[in-house]
Amino acid sequence: MRQTFVDTATALLDSDPRTAVVLADISGDAFAPAAHEHPDRVVNVGIREQLMLGVAGGLALTGLRPIVHSYAPFLVDRAYEQVKLDLDHQGVGAVLVSVGASYDASSEGRTHQSPGDVALFDTLGGWTVHVPGHAGEVGPLLTAAAGHDEPVYIRLSTQRNAQARPGTGLQAVRRGGRAAVVAVGPMLDTVLAAVEGLDVTVAYTNTPRPFDVKGLRALGHSDVVLVEPYLAGTSSAVVSDALRDLPHRLLSLGVRRTDLHRYGSPKDHARWQGLDPAGVRESISAFVGADAGPARGRG
Amino acid sequence: MTAPTTTSASLGELLTRLTGDEKHAPSAYSTLDVLWVLYDRVLRASPDRVDDPGRDRFLLSKGHGPAAYYAVLAAKGFIPQEWLDDLAGPDSRLGHHPDRLLVPGVEIGSGSLGHGLGLGVGTALGLRAQGFTDARVYALVGDAELDEGSNHEAIAYAGATGLASLTAIVVDNQSSTHGWPGGIAGRFHGWTASTVDGRDHAAIEAGLRAHNGAAPHVVVAVVEKKG
Repeated sequence: MRQTFVDTATALLDSDPRTAVVLADISGDAFAPAAHEHPDRVVNVGIREQLMLGVAGGLALTGLRPIVHSYAPFLVDRAYEQVKLDLDHQGVGAVLVSVGASYDASSEGRTHQSPGDVALFDTLGGWTVHVPGHAGEVGPLLTAAAGHDEPVYIRLSTQRNAQARPGTGLQAVRRGGRAAVVAVGPMLDTVLAAVEGLDVTVAYTNTPRPFDVKGLRALGHSDVVLVEPYLAGTSSAVVSDALRDLPHRLLSLGVRRTDLHRYGSPKDHARWQGLDPAGVRESISAFVGADAGPARGRG
Repeated sequence: MTAPTTTSASLGELLTRLTGDEKHAPSAYSTLDVLWVLYDRVLRASPDRVDDPGRDRFLLSKGHGPAAYYAVLAAKGFIPQEWLDDLAGPDSRLGHHPDRLLVPGVEIGSGSLGHGLGLGVGTALGLRAQGFTDARVYALVGDAELDEGSNHEAIAYAGATGLASLTAIVVDNQSSTHGWPGGIAGRFHGWTASTVDGRDHAAIEAGLRAHNGAAPHVVVAVVEKKG
């Protein structure tokens, strides 16, 4: 995904004079050819993330469309006040593109992990959040985001599904009777493996904000399971609100808040978080009921 | 449109409308003389070109205590003088920190310290990338505001890369808790610097015009110690 991002952003710099890329050393080498071609529109501020967002705000104030990129904990967690004030409060937008996700950098430890990034955008208004599940989804999402002035966050990860799924709405991947399981971004293949033999609908989205409320309701289920690759419960308020006029049950799976103080692989972290196929299956089975009862779908 | 001329006496009247306090002389406002000289003699911005992409930009980073800023904007015709009579009221466009979405001519909303220089760096880069090579960006910070580390990210980057279209103005009323041993100008490595009497209009103007086209410039305007 990261290489697709670099290639797409480089092409946008060539084709659209409004595009600018702002870096804080991360991926600086990958953007070196683009910086050579467009020295005024590829800005590497060094290891200065507050300035990276301030520069993005300033560029946007002059009418450019900044694409701002770093590791998620540095881009979002560290520079949160700059996102809030240097972009939102000034009434300008940018495209923020992160790598690292919740625990791609598992062996680097907690400092390089940002399970809370999407939740932080929920404290602000109007952000579109894309969590692509495959490199093939990255290019169209970035190109579309670069074409307007609204605030967009694109969360890239080394975790991915086998197949790209274009589009941004909620799409049904398989149908069942007992519940709707909504997989966000790279969680889809894990979810599909987890629910094998279970009578549930599985739906996919790479765009949790704005959440496709209409698509969720159209699935026709009153029991919903959210499987998100960031903090558990990040989308629970949105889904509860979407179903507020219906009796419903909701299970929210995702990364827990505890700092585990452990290294290992992303696969290890998925297991520890209950986000591997076995863990997800256990949680979903307990939620829908182990015995094969009558279908509870309202559709 | 020609900006209305005014005198320091009428600025005093405008400040009184803002604060309702007739005892405060204009000298009570640390930024007043710098702002007046900037808007009256240096800045290429006016009410009829607030949307001109090639205008000079003034960014008030030190957003607190904006009375002098509002008074100068009113004196120069950016905002109606009547706005000064309802500072921070429920329907007022003027608050204790300025909001760019509410006030014509205000380039940034500020209040939380340490944001203006970074935004100024980005603005200067954006203007340069679009060929507005004559446009200059001025960002005003306070000496205590320099305590915020974000300023030093901007100062170091602008100095190292020779961002020559940027001018920082530091109004120094010696209010930083731990001060700046060795002086404020010395913190701006890679910049040219003018340290001036922040009440002397000729000295302020000379400082604001002292940039050399090759490096960013800082004007340290020294005023009375904050009481």
